[in-house]
Amino acid sequence: MNVFLTILKRDLILAIRYRAELLNPMLFFILVIVLFQLGMRAKPAVLVSLAPAIVWIAALLAALLSLDHMFRSDMEDGALEQMIISTQPTSLLVLAKIIAHWLITGFTVTIVGPVLGLMLGLSIDATKILFLTLLIGTPILSAIGSIGVALTVGLRRGGVILSLLVLPLFVPVLIFASQTVTTYIAGYPIAASISFLLALLVLSMSLAPWATSAALRVSVS
Amino acid sequence: MTEFLHMGGYAAFVWSAYGISAVVLIASVLLPIFEKNKIRKRIQRMLQEDQD
Amino acid sequence: MYKWFHQLGSPPTFYRWSGLWLPWLGITCFILFAVGLYGGLVTAPADYQQSDSFRIIYVHVPAAWMSMFVYMVMAISGAIAIIWRIKLSEIMMLSCAPIGASFTFLALVTGSIWGKPMWGTWWEWGDARLVSELLLLFLYIGVIGLYSAIEDKRKAAQAVAILSLVGTINIPIIHYSVIWLNTLHQGPTVSKFDNPSIETSMLIPLLIMALAFKLFFGIVLLLRARNEVLWRERRSQWVKNLVGGTNQ
Repeated sequence: MNVFLTILKRDLILAIRYRAELLNPMLFFILVIVLFQLGMRAKPAVLVSLAPAIVWIAALLAALLSLDHMFRSDMEDGALEQMIISTQPTSLLVLAKIIAHWLITGFTVTIVGPVLGLMLGLSIDATKILFLTLLIGTPILSAIGSIGVALTVGLRRGGVILSLLVLPLFVPVLIFASQTVTTYIAGYPIAASISFLLALLVLSMSLAPWATSAALRVSVS
Repeated sequence: MTEFLHMGGYAAFVWSAYGISAVVLIASVLLPIFEKNKIRKRIQRMLQEDQD
Repeated sequence: MYKWFHQLGSPPTFYRWSGLWLPWLGITCFILFAVGLYGGLVTAPADYQQSDSFRIIYVHVPAAWMSMFVYMVMAISGAIAIIWRIKLSEIMMLSCAPIGASFTFLALVTGSIWGKPMWGTWWEWGDARLVSELLLLFLYIGVIGLYSAIEDKRKAAQAVAILSLVGTINIPIIHYSVIWLNTLHQGPTVSKFDNPSIETSMLIPLLIMALAFKLFFGIVLLLRARNEVLWRERRSQWVKNLVGGTNQ
C-alpha cells in the first residue's frame, strides 16, 4: 500500500513541477475543439449535434498525446525495473501509475470538456451527461492506453505505433460515450449505455494493469 | 455465356469483387514462394562464405 | 503422446511433415475452389431481390469468416508461445498476421463493392460488421507494425503475443457496441449481411467456399511458417543438408 501511494504521490508532484507536460495535451484538447468550430462554420443546430463527438474525439487525441510519457521517465531512470522486481505485485504499482495519469490528464479533460461543450451549444442537462461520460470514460482511456505504452516504451519512435495500437481499443469507448450523450439529447433512455460504460471501466481497470505489467516485463527484459 | 458475364447488370461489381479476391489470394501464395527462393539463395551464400 | 507432440514441435520434423502434406492440400484446395466457384457463379439461382450481385457473398463471407478465424488462431498460438515457450507456436502466430490482414482487407473491399448496389453507398458506418472488420484490420496492422518496430525479435514476439490477446477481448466488445447502438435509437437494424433463411442451393457453395478458404489459409500458413523455420535454423545441420547439398 505504501509503495502504491508513493508512486501516486510522486507522479502527481512531478506533474505539477513539470507543468509543461501537463499543459501540452490540455492545450491540444482545447485547440482541437476550437479548430473544429472554426473549420466547420456550421449552423448552431448542426454543431450541437456534433458536439459530443467533437469533445470525445478531442479527449481521445489528448489522451494519446499524454500517454507517451507515462512510463518514459521511469524507464530512463530505472524506476521501471524497480517496479518490476519489487515485492509488491507489479499490477498494483501499474494501477497507481494509471490513476496518476488519469488525475493528470483525464480528470482535467473531464472538468474542461463540459465547459467547451457548453461553448459548442450543448444544453445544461446534456452537458451534465457529457461530464458523466467523461468521468467514466477517461479512466478507461488511461487504463487501456497503459497497455499500449508498456508495449512500446522501449522504442525510439514509439509514439507513432502507440497510436496505431491503441486506436482500435479506444473506439468502443468513443462510440459508447459520445452516443450516450447524443441518445440523451434525442430523448431516449441512457441507462443501458451508461451501464455498459461502467462495465468497460471495471473490465479495463481490472485487466489492464495485469496486461500492462506483462508488457512491461517484456519491454524491460 | 454473355448472360453469365453480364451478371444481371451487376457485372462490374461482381467481377471486380472476384477479380480482387483472385489477386489477393494468388499474391498470398506467390509471396511466400518467392520468399523461399530468396531465403534459399541467402543461406547458400552464407554457407559459401563460411567455407571461405 | 507427449513424445509425438514434442517431435511435431521440432523444426526439421515440422518441415518434412509439412512438405509432404502441402501438395495434397494444394490439390484439394484447388478442387474445392473449382466446385465452390461453379456452384456460386453458375448453379445457384439468382436472388429475388439482389439479382446476381448477391454472388459476391461467395468471396466476401468466407473472407470475413477467415479474418476472424485467423485472428483466433494467431491469439491462441501467441498464448501457447508465451505460456509453454514453444518456438513453432511463435512462428505460427507471426505467420498468421499478414494472412489475416489480407483476408480482412478482402472482406472490407468485397463488402464495400457489394454494398454499393445494395445500399447505394460504398460504406455504411452503422453496420456493426463493417466497422468491426475495419478495426480488426487495424489490430492486424498493429501486430505487424509492433513486430517490425521492436529490434530484439524474441522480445518482439512476446510483445505481439500480449497484443493479440488484448485484441481478442476487444473484438466482441467492438462488435456488440456497434450493434447495440443501432438498436438504441433506430430500432433493431438487421444488418444487410444477415440472411436468416438462405436457400440450400445458395448455401452449399458458400460452405464449400468457406472450406476452400480455410484450407487455403492452412496452405499459406504452412508456406510462411516453413520459410521462417528455414531462416531461423539456417545454421543447423539439417538445413545445411537441405539447402547446400542439393542445388535445386
